[in-house]
Amino acid sequence: MFDNYRDVDERYVTDTTLVDVEGLHFSRGENDIFRGVDLRIPKGKITAVMGPSGTGKTTLLKLIGGQLVPDAGRVCIDGEDVHGLSRRALFRMRRRMGMLFQSGALFSDLSVFENVAFPLRVHTDLPEAMVRDIVLMKLQAVGLRGARNLSPAELSGGMARRVALARAVALDPELVLYDEPFVGQDPISMGVLVQLIKTVNQALGLTAVIVSHDIKETLSIADYVYIIADGQVMAHGTPQTLDVNRDARVKQFVHGEPDGPVPFHYPAPDFYRDILATKGERP
Amino acid sequence: MIRPIASLGRGTLEALSALGRASMFLAQSAVGIPSREGWHLWLRQMHFIGVMSLAIVLVSGLFIGMVLGLQGYTILVGFGAEDALGQMVALSLLRELAPVVAALLFAGRAGSALTAEIGLMKATEQLTSMEMIGIDPLRRIVAPRLWAGFISMPLLTVGFSVVGIWGGYLVGVQWLGVFDGSYWSNMQSSVAFVDDILNGMLKSVVFGLVVTWIAVFQGYDLIPTSEGISRATTRTVVYSSLAVLGLDFVLTALMFGELG
Amino acid sequence: MKRSKMMEFGVGLFVLAGILGMVFLGLRVSGISLGVPQDTFTLQANFANIGGLKSGSRVAMAGVTIGRVSDVALDTEWLDARVTMELDEDLEGKISRDSTASILTSGLLGEQYVGLSVGGDPEMLEEGDTIRDTQQALVLEQLIQQFVSNMTSD
Ligand SMILES: Nc1ncnc2c1ncn2[C@@H]1O[C@H](COP(=O)(O)OP(=O)(O)OP(=O)(O)O)[C@@H](O)[C@H]1O
Ligand SMILES: [Mg+2]
Repeated sequence: MFDNYRDVDERYVTDTTLVDVEGLHFSRGENDIFRGVDLRIPKGKITAVMGPSGTGKTTLLKLIGGQLVPDAGRVCIDGEDVHGLSRRALFRMRRRMGMLFQSGALFSDLSVFENVAFPLRVHTDLPEAMVRDIVLMKLQAVGLRGARNLSPAELSGGMARRVALARAVALDPELVLYDEPFVGQDPISMGVLVQLIKTVNQALGLTAVIVSHDIKETLSIADYVYIIADGQVMAHGTPQTLDVNRDARVKQFVHGEPDGPVPFHYPAPDFYRDILATKGERP
Repeated sequence: MIRPIASLGRGTLEALSALGRASMFLAQSAVGIPSREGWHLWLRQMHFIGVMSLAIVLVSGLFIGMVLGLQGYTILVGFGAEDALGQMVALSLLRELAPVVAALLFAGRAGSALTAEIGLMKATEQLTSMEMIGIDPLRRIVAPRLWAGFISMPLLTVGFSVVGIWGGYLVGVQWLGVFDGSYWSNMQSSVAFVDDILNGMLKSVVFGLVVTWIAVFQGYDLIPTSEGISRATTRTVVYSSLAVLGLDFVLTALMFGELG
Repeated sequence: MKRSKMMEFGVGLFVLAGILGMVFLGLRVSGISLGVPQDTFTLQANFANIGGLKSGSRVAMAGVTIGRVSDVALDTEWLDARVTMELDEDLEGKISRDSTASILTSGLLGEQYVGLSVGGDPEMLEEGDTIRDTQQALVLEQLIQQFVSNMTSD
């Protein structure tokens, strides 16, 4: 199926792999979310993970971060099996990662400034003046330097997400996992964030994983793309190769067409039958 | 026929596994070296858990002492033994009422707040994001609260006793005319420091640990929805009240049982 | 910064109040004496029956508290109760040798205490001396028994 991208794949394989996911299986109750997912996140590159809502992209990031444990398969970061680590070693590894949560997840009892300063304070011995400089720099980058004294409850959804982004990169981690960084942003801040993620990645050589539904923005900065659907990797490749992919499902997703082989609905019995089923109970 | 038995079995298994989780939770959060900021975090919680509970505990202690003075007087005066009022007030407060009532108030005032706070942190993914930053929330969030509750409880109990004894004095001596000297001297000759005061404090230490443990565990273990939070808050108050009363019986039997 | 200072102050006050409360309970409520043991004057007395007297009970003279019982033990030689009392040291050399110690009850059901009444002997009791003349506690059951047997023998 991927015959026509062989040349691309070979070039990709020559990069060093930072995160290696092999044969990942994961289920929640009856719901099989992953049925054998393999993917590799190359070091120093921006990798995008896309897929229909509810396919488990957030779940994948949580598996990489070691918050969830897979039923089978492994996740290796820099050669270490994340789920084989002791609690202490896992926490040590997480210091090298930053994660932007889909919900932002700012600490509600700390101010914006203290939220961004938090990773610096707990993991470094930097003097207060240095912490201040770094925090203001990060807040400036997301355009919220002026909001540093607000409490998270006083922020809008988009602002909270930008603060969370500043916090995720406060320590300049080797690996940053962005869960939907562009949601709720106006076109201007969206453009700024896209630029920010790209510059952070290029200037510091950070590895980034972006989960996003904003296809245009994501494809514009991603070096490599995985599309996940139905618990498996449906397609992967560079943005250019995906754009010209002739597979109907990939085409539907990349071009955002409502009708096609990828279902829009959560698995459910036939709509018509479902409606008829309540017939007897109607007044 | 089978179903009630099966559900009983399932309930028992669930209760046991919850107890196991709670014990591991306690062990993981209470041990370990406090972080650099540990002192400051603890202080903050002492403020929210201890200082903020002081008012309700002191006011309740005053009223309970006054009621004891009034009731004790009307009973004792029938035997011409109203001089024994001080002894009665002090012993009932020190041995039973102060540790138990202060712990019940504490469960309602601080315990429920702890559960809701931690539960909301869980629901808004603050605990998970802290884990992802590489900080163990058991150490950072739970441990200071656990220690603050554990230390506040005996202090609150002391306050309750002192104010209660003073309340009994107000009613008995100032209002009903029990002789001042006999209120105190009777008390002094019957209250033993170790047997009565320290045993009462020991009770309050145990209650403090149990109530805070239940509260933070319920918060940490709840289902992260608004309904889950409200249920867990109720569970905190119910479970800790039952635990306090049950443990009080056990501790009383151990401490005072053989005295007769 | 300012708020956190206030908080520290509040918590400090709270802990201090707790400790002071504990001191109050110890000194005023249970009546233990802290610090250097006060200079006291020790006397002893043997009683045939001490009833409910315990260590910590009051010792009074003319109704005024002058000390407490520090120890109650069985005298293995005489098989009666040996009570040690610690009195105000001001009283040393002021209690005559023929003084009486009796175990009294305040009210009908109240606590029991030791009452001292002075005699007329010019010689005074010294530290560690024993009061010879003692009166045992009134035990209600014995009184009733006596009363009943008197009635029947009449
Ligand atoms: N806590 C949970 N308990 C049970 N099922 C869950 C839980 N969280 C997620 N799921 C299920 O797991 C599946 C994947 O969820 P996930 O949040 O990973 O989706 P997603 O790909 O991130 O979707 P979106 O793009 O909308 O954020 C969903 O079908 C959801 O029903
Ligand atoms: Mg998601």
